[in-house]
Formats: sequence, structure tokens, C-alpha cells
Amino acid sequence: MSESNDPMAEIRASFFIECEELLEALQDGLQALDDGDEDPETINVVFRAVHSIKGGAGAFGLEALVRFAHRFETVLDEVRAGRMSPESDARKIFFQCADHLSDLVRISRDDGDLPKDETAKLLASLDGLLGETGAAEEEVEEEEIDFQPAALSFDLDLGDEEDGGPDLPDLPALEDLPSSSDTGFTIRFKPDNDLFETGNEPFHMLRTLDELGECTVTCHLDELPDFDTLVPEQSYLSWTIELKTDVDEAEISAAFEFVEGLCTLSIEKSDASGDAEEPDVPEQPVTEAEAEDQPKDVDAAPEIPPLAPVDEPVKDERPEPEVTSQPDGAARPKASPPKASSQAAAAKSVVRVDLDRIERLVNLVGELVINQAMLSQSLESSGLSPHSDAMNGLEEFQRLTRDIQDSVMMIRAQPVKSLFQRMSRIVREASSAVGKDVRLNTEGESTEVDKTVIERLADPLTHMIRNAVDHGLESSEDRVAAGKPEQGQVNLTAAHRSGRVVIEVSDDGGGINRPKVLQIAMDKGLVPADASLSDTEIDNLLFLPGFSTASVVSDLSGRGVGMDVVRTSIQALGGRISIASTPGAGTTFSISLPLTLAVLDGMVVQVADETLVLPLNVVIETLTLTNDDVEMVRPGANVVRVRSGFVPLFDLGKELGYRDPIEDYQGSVVLLIAHEDGSRAALIIDSIQDQRQVVIKGLDDSFYRAPGIAAATILGDGQIALILDTSDIISNAIGVGGTAASQPSTGLTA
Amino acid sequence: MTLEILAVDDSRTMRDMIRLALLPAGFNVHTADDGVHGIEILDGIEPDAIITDINMPRMDGFGFIDAVRGQDKHRATPILVLTTEAAPELKARARDAGATGWIVKPFDPSKLIKALQMVAG
Repeated sequence: MSESNDPMAEIRASFFIECEELLEALQDGLQALDDGDEDPETINVVFRAVHSIKGGAGAFGLEALVRFAHRFETVLDEVRAGRMSPESDARKIFFQCADHLSDLVRISRDDGDLPKDETAKLLASLDGLLGETGAAEEEVEEEEIDFQPAALSFDLDLGDEEDGGPDLPDLPALEDLPSSSDTGFTIRFKPDNDLFETGNEPFHMLRTLDELGECTVTCHLDELPDFDTLVPEQSYLSWTIELKTDVDEAEISAAFEFVEGLCTLSIEKSDASGDAEEPDVPEQPVTEAEAEDQPKDVDAAPEIPPLAPVDEPVKDERPEPEVTSQPDGAARPKASPPKASSQAAAAKSVVRVDLDRIERLVNLVGELVINQAMLSQSLESSGLSPHSDAMNGLEEFQRLTRDIQDSVMMIRAQPVKSLFQRMSRIVREASSAVGKDVRLNTEGESTEVDKTVIERLADPLTHMIRNAVDHGLESSEDRVAAGKPEQGQVNLTAAHRSGRVVIEVSDDGGGINRPKVLQIAMDKGLVPADASLSDTEIDNLLFLPGFSTASVVSDLSGRGVGMDVVRTSIQALGGRISIASTPGAGTTFSISLPLTLAVLDGMVVQVADETLVLPLNVVIETLTLTNDDVEMVRPGANVVRVRSGFVPLFDLGKELGYRDPIEDYQGSVVLLIAHEDGSRAALIIDSIQDQRQVVIKGLDDSFYRAPGIAAATILGDGQIALILDTSDIISNAIGVGGTAASQPSTGLTA
Repeated sequence: MTLEILAVDDSRTMRDMIRLALLPAGFNVHTADDGVHGIEILDGIEPDAIITDINMPRMDGFGFIDAVRGQDKHRATPILVLTTEAAPELKARARDAGATGWIVKPFDPSKLIKALQMVAG
């Protein structure tokens, strides 16, 4: 409770979120540099990202992060200043540093153990880069001392606002400072004209001094000319301040920190004490004459200048008119009146919301959709006229419900960019592990997908990318021998396609070695030794559990995790994965995912007295059969003629085990199903009930994962209906009725 | 008296920290994401002091200070620069651009308030 209310903890949390964005910008920038982008703004963006991470990290005392970011930033600054050109080696190191920086950010966030060796290695690489450019290294060390990370909670001594400048060593030793009794100081201050041009204001400085102790201010008007010869922007006034205070000289000079060099200033102890006579701010341009002018021992009465003095103790804001009325002429700001209320503050563009709250909202909206469906149903059955107010209102209610639902889903949607950036790191690591030169091209990074989907895609996608680098792409020598460029390409794309998100991972490698795949499958007894399989069927063997094509198990992807696990993860997200390969030209894996995990546009159908829901987007047509449309290929395998082609025909009731196959097709209702991979099938059902949005209710893990069943939903009348995974049903149906290639073991039996 | 502050920084964390430091002390804080945004915001307010970062997209701190000083009514508005390094040449450059003073990041709230009081009362 108290933790969540701590504003610093909140800012810290938001800092790490910002870090993610900055790291993203860093990746983008480095990628652009790598692509030969020469826009100076690109390196600026890269620099700023690292710089901002450093700045924030300093505020939270994340020292390791600060130090690494600082060194990284120093090198980037060399590039930015044009003193170093980012050659390919340097860019590689930059990428590694960016990866390491992101590791450090996460480790710092989770208070994990710092990878000191890794940090040291990369710092050495960075130093190596600097070394090439010459003298820069020395500068780094010096700067590093300059930047002292300090946690916010520190009650810092004023002195550290300075960079350890020359005034610090001159600080009086502690014993010189009477701790309980006040020390008297005489401060002489004469602003230069420049002081006013920087927006400084003597009045505020005097008041700062006044807050330090008992203060007597004398304003010297002797240089003030007659009004008709007065130059408004000329500085004529000077002040002598007698200050009795318990603070040390450093704190007094801190009041003049901003005007250092813009004024003539001297600060001396007015008590009779030996070392007090030494001016402790030696860099101030105190002229010799001036210093001698002032008596060293000033007693209570301040030195009165020849002309009429204004002896005004500065106690509070009262003397303001006195001071500001002096025609010192410089452009001084009018003392601004307190602003009672502000103009509209800068519009907040982002609100951070606890994910749990969104989940709750999503669930509630789900309930609302169900409730609205129930209400519709009961109103319809009450016999109201469709033109009655109630029915019109209901229509509006339906529309609003749908809008709310869409809006809520939008909240959860995120661009896949962060995911893709993680993959570019995987490619870098994987390619260096196997010694291949690989380039990752990404497309459609702004495609938005449900947050949960993105999170749960990371593992399968990582695996696919590693596979592409390790198995998909040939070695450099083989590529050159095959007349291809040495650098292999891995493409990662995302796009919205007919209400789903399609993510593709492709490589320009050698393609699937089908004879080898088939041989392995036969050796492992996955297919009968005499099986004759089509190319697509062979490709799909890769998804069989325990399949691995690497003849030498490599460090990288040979972890006993096969594509079957990838497929299971994708299916668990309501998605499907397909494969396409051209020998010599590469392999493409396509993942098709629902936009959201929460709702589905469904077709509600009746089969053998069961109510079932099919995803609407796979249904491309509905037909009513005549017996003439159906042709038997062989017993148990029928096709239906649809316009110019034939499509395999299945009885959904039979496939789900509800009934025996029907004999007579006359008048049967058929749904024509098409999938992304181009496969088509016709499913026999009893009747179509409705098309509507349904709220997906996941089946608990304790349920048996029945093949072909994706999830369940609650319909408007409170009835529970199963949501079907048509692609699974059809592949099972083909498996049973067709070749032996896909045994039921390939089904959803996680 | 309530001081009105405009804080310009491209880092949300920094903006939050400035707000956190100044709001409890009774300051009225406006924020902007970069120099260009800062100039836009400045159009509708009359801040008693401005705090600005240096490294920012679109328009950096130096450009921003230039633009502010170019407006007659802000010729003497105090401007504090946020800097991660206390290097003298950075201070000099900030001053040349017309900055009133500087705050070295990371700052603690009392330091920030003190600096503001030194330039704006």
C-alpha cells in the first residue's frame, strides 16, 4: 500500500517504462545507422536515448547503469561531433552496447546481479574505439570524475553544484567555523551589464543571502548619473552586504554561483581572524584596488560611501520597492504577481494503467456483451414490434456495446515493434554464435496486436528466428558456392489480414531439404517407410513432436525444443502456423493470429443438437447440397463440387464424434471453409443459427484438450457453446481419412 | 507566493521528477516535451522561471533559450538549464545562449528549489 503511494517509486517505475521506449529508439537509430542513414538527427536520437537513460538512472542512484551509459554516450558523442565515423565494427559494438544497456536496465529494475565481466568487456571495446580516434580517452576519464551519480535522497552539500572547482579546496577547515556562534562576512557585489542579460536579478540574490542569516545591505548609488545621461541598460549600482550567519563561505558564494564572472564580487570574513582575510573565491575578478579600498576590519558600522547611502536591512520582501525602484536600468523582470491559476497544463498524452484494471474492464465488457445478447433474445421473444422504441433502443444498445468492446480491445493493443526489436537482438546473438553473417529485415512494426499475444509470441518467435539463422540459412561458404550473397537475410513481417494478424518469418536459405526430412521421419518411425508424401506434407513433418533436422545438434537451437512446441504455443493463442519452402530459395513460416483473445466474430451453428461456434472469418460461403454435388473419391472420402473445383467434404457431426456419417446429402447445409494456407474444405452442419460476436472463454487447463475445440463461449440464452478450430478439425479429418502422415498425435494434445 | 514554472525536458522521468520536487513546495508547474513544444506552451503562460534540458529532439535547449530570449517579454525571464555534466564549457555555452543558471542532474528537490529562488525569488 505504502509502496504504491510513494511518488518516487512511481517515478522509478515510469522511468523504467521510459527506458524501454528509449531503448527502442536506440535500436531504431542504430539500425538506421547500420542501413547507411546519414541524417545527423539519427545519431542525435541515439545519443539522446543513452543520455536520457543516464540522466534518469543518476536520479535513482543506479550507478552501474550510469557508468556504462556514460561511457557509451561519450563514444556516441564522438560520432555525433564528427570526430569518429561509425564503421561497421563500431556499429557492431554499438549494437552490443545497446543490448547490454537494455540488460543493465532490466537488471537494475529487478535489482539483479550485475554482469560485471560483460560490462568490462564492452567498456574495453568502447575504449578501443576511442583509442582509434586518438586523444579522446583521456577526456573520458576526466569527464567521468565530473559526473557523480547521486541518489536523490542525499542531502547534498551545496558545494557539489560546482564541479569541484577551484573554490572548494579553499574551503575553511571545519575548526575554523564557529559552529554555534555566527560569523560575520562582508560581501561586496557589483553586477556587470551582462548579468542582467542572462536574466539574473540582484534582488533575488540579496534575498537568498538574507535567508542565510542576519543581513544588512547597503546600496551604493555613487556611480548613478543624472537622469538625462542615464543609459537604461547600464549597470550603475553596487552593494555591500554585512552578513552574520552560521553557514560557511561556500554557501554564501553559492548564492552568486550563476553570476560568476558576470560581476565583481568579494566575500570576506569581517571578524578578526587570520585566514578570514583571504578572499575565498579567487576566480572572482576582484581588483586589487578595490580589495585594498576595503578595510580588513570592519566593525558594526558599514562603510558608508560618500553619496547618500541607502541603508536598508533586507528582512523580507518588503524592501522590494526600494530595490526595484533603483534605476539600474538593466532589463529586469517585473516581479511577477502570484499566478492564482495556471493556464491549461500541457495535455497529458499517456496514462499508465495497471494491467489488472484493464483485464477487469475486458471481463466486464465481455459480461456486458453476453448480457446484451440475453436482453436482445428476451425482447425478441416477447413479441415486441421491431419498430417499437424498445427495439430501436436495443439496436442502439448493440451498437454501443460493440463500440465499447472495440475501444477496450484497443487499449490492450500494442505495436509488435518491441517484439521485433527483441528479435533483432536474437538474430545478432544467434548469427555470431554460429558464425554466419545475417541481416534481419523487419516490416509492419506498427501492426497492433493484443498485449498478451505479443508477450506469448516472444518464445515461439525466438525459436523460429534461431531456427532460421541456424538451420534455415546456409553457411557463408555454401551461400557463395550457390551464387548467393554471403550475407543471409531473415525477414520478419507483420500485417493485418482479414481480421487477423499475420506474422511471417522467412529466410533466403536453402529451403527445406525434403528428402532428408522424410528420411529422418522414417528413421524415427514417424511415417511408414513406404509412405509417399506430398511436398506440403513433408514440410509439415517439421511440426511433429521431437523432430529435429540438425544432423549436428548445435548450441543454439538444439535444445530439444522442436517446432511442435512452437505450433502448440501458437495454437494456444488461437493462431495457426503454416510453412512454405522453395528449395534453394528459402523457407517461410506464417503465423496467423486473432486480433484479440477476448472476442470472436462467430457463426453459431447447430450440429446433432449441439450448438457450436465457428470463427466467421474462415467461412467463405454457405451452400445447400444436392446429392449430385457430392462425389466419392474412395470410401469414406468425398468431395463436393464448388463451381470450378472440388473440395473435400466432411460431416462435422461425425468428425466431432456426435453421430455416424450421414448417407444422404440431399438438402444438407454446408459451410465452405478456407484457411490462410490455401486449404479448403466443406463442413456439413444441420443449420445456421446466427452470426454474432461471442466472448471467448478459455477452457481451463484441467479440461482435456479435445482436438478441434479451441475454446467455449456463453450464448445469449445462457447456453454454453464450444468454439471450433476448423483447421485442426480438417487436418485431423484428413489425417484419419487420408494419408498416414498426420496421425491424431499432431492434434491439440498439449 | 506561487511561482509559475515551465519545465522543458524530453524525458518523462525528468518531467515527473521536476513536478514531484516543485508541486509540494507550492510551485505551479507546466511541462513541455521539447523546445518546439516549450515555445508553444510559453505562448499561453507567463512563467516566473523556465527550466530546460539541453539534449532534446526537434529543438534543443540552446535553440529554445535563443527563441525565448528573442521574445521581448522574456528577455529577462530566468532560465535554468538542466545539465548532467558540470563541465565549465557547458555552463559557458548555456550562459552565452542566455541562460540564467544551471542545475546539475541528478538534482534533489531542495537544490532545485534553491536554484529557482536564487533566480526568481
